[in-house]
Amino acid sequence: MHEVLENLLYSKDHEWIELDGAIGTVGISDHAQAELSDVVFVDLPEVGTVIAAGDAVAVVESVKAASDVFSPVSGEVLEVNEELANDPSLINSDPYGAGWLYKIRLDVPGETDDLMNAADYEEYCS
Amino acid sequence: MSDSAVKSTPLADKHLSLGAKMVPFAGWNMPVQYTGILDEHKAVREACGVFDISHMGQFLVSGANAATWLNSMLTNDINKLDVAQGQYSIMLNEKAGVIDDLILYRSEPDTFFVVVNASKIDEDYAWLMAHKPADVCLENHSDDYVGLAVQGPLSSEVFAKVIPGVTLPPRNGIANITLDGQDLIICRTGYTGEDGFEFFCPAADGVAWLEAFIAAGAKPCGLGARDSLRLEMCYPLNGSDLSPEKTPLEAGLGFFCALDTDFIGVEILRDQKTNGLSQRLVALEYTDKGAPPRSHYKVHTPGGDAIGELTSGVLSPSMMKGIAMAYLPVDYTKVGTLLEIDVRGKKFPAIVVKKPFYKKA
Repeated sequence: MHEVLENLLYSKDHEWIELDGAIGTVGISDHAQAELSDVVFVDLPEVGTVIAAGDAVAVVESVKAASDVFSPVSGEVLEVNEELANDPSLINSDPYGAGWLYKIRLDVPGETDDLMNAADYEEYCS
Repeated sequence: MSDSAVKSTPLADKHLSLGAKMVPFAGWNMPVQYTGILDEHKAVREACGVFDISHMGQFLVSGANAATWLNSMLTNDINKLDVAQGQYSIMLNEKAGVIDDLILYRSEPDTFFVVVNASKIDEDYAWLMAHKPADVCLENHSDDYVGLAVQGPLSSEVFAKVIPGVTLPPRNGIANITLDGQDLIICRTGYTGEDGFEFFCPAADGVAWLEAFIAAGAKPCGLGARDSLRLEMCYPLNGSDLSPEKTPLEAGLGFFCALDTDFIGVEILRDQKTNGLSQRLVALEYTDKGAPPRSHYKVHTPGGDAIGELTSGVLSPSMMKGIAMAYLPVDYTKVGTLLEIDVRGKKFPAIVVKKPFYKKA
């Protein structure tokens, strides 16, 4: 079974978000990285871009396929993980840590209510 | 294609138990990878991998006029083939477009074993039947065999462990052997650029042979690695790099077209040879890091117009660099020509390079 962390919220498209007040850090779940396997390239949004929940904001590519990452929340992109340009495989080796994608300032209160907690996400993946 | 129409090879359950991810390909439910494409690719370049190729088709063509007839249907010259040898050849439509590319082996003076692409079995068979004289026998044996491609520098050692005392045929050769009552066909060919062999056994015995090759050191490999390995060698994939709209000369396969023989489409090829081509399939390599190129991405002149689109593309696992092929107008096909590949609106610089991409150190 793939790892699901307790302190995160999850989307149906297998993104996770960690909340720190109005700032969220977004990545893709262990389940998602395992499905993709061997990530070889990541296309990240530009800092300052304002995005809406559900927008395709990043692309994670394996040897075989390109997969969109949909933002679980709306807001302004504050920071992106520059390390991924050098080592996209961090998404495989540490999807909840060094493999994070971007940080976002949440603009729409209550949007996270639609996301799943760890137990629900585990159920969703099984 | 609906799921119900997707066929499974006799090895499908075995693939699942080996941890494969299965995907539909050419109408077949096939393993795309087991542990990962990078891993599997590396195993074939450095050691040995085994691929299920049971989806591919096998025809037997026999009769006193089999060679003469096949020579009229295929681009390569069958008269160059001695018994126990094989050759790559191409079957064209009347416009000299590619119906299929295949390997033809001369098992006996008047008997030929033909291996064709999975997606083209029915079309090839119908085309051949429609042109076949009464005194040539054509049989479709595609469901009779399990096919395993064992590929990589250690493949002959794997073979010697599994079938001791039998010598592998030489490069491009074929050996028909009988072992404990089983008729086996062993071909020293492949689609990876490495030494290796393609092995055909009765369908019911396939799982046992796959297990034996794995036990002897071959790593199970899926279609993902098969695709990246063949593209590094610029081996075309029919349906992507070859099509009924493109001739083999445009695809860069002139070496396999004997224009001094008469086959369907030859006049157009002779005309192209005399008057020159307007387009050619080229090899493009990124000059820097970038989003992996993929089929249908557009190729542009630097800062300018789209001049074609990719037929295949991948992040080369051997070079960790984007590689691709595209049909381009001849003016842009010279080695060293700088171009751009459009990935989701971003342009990545690429250069036309000599084929193949991958050269053994």
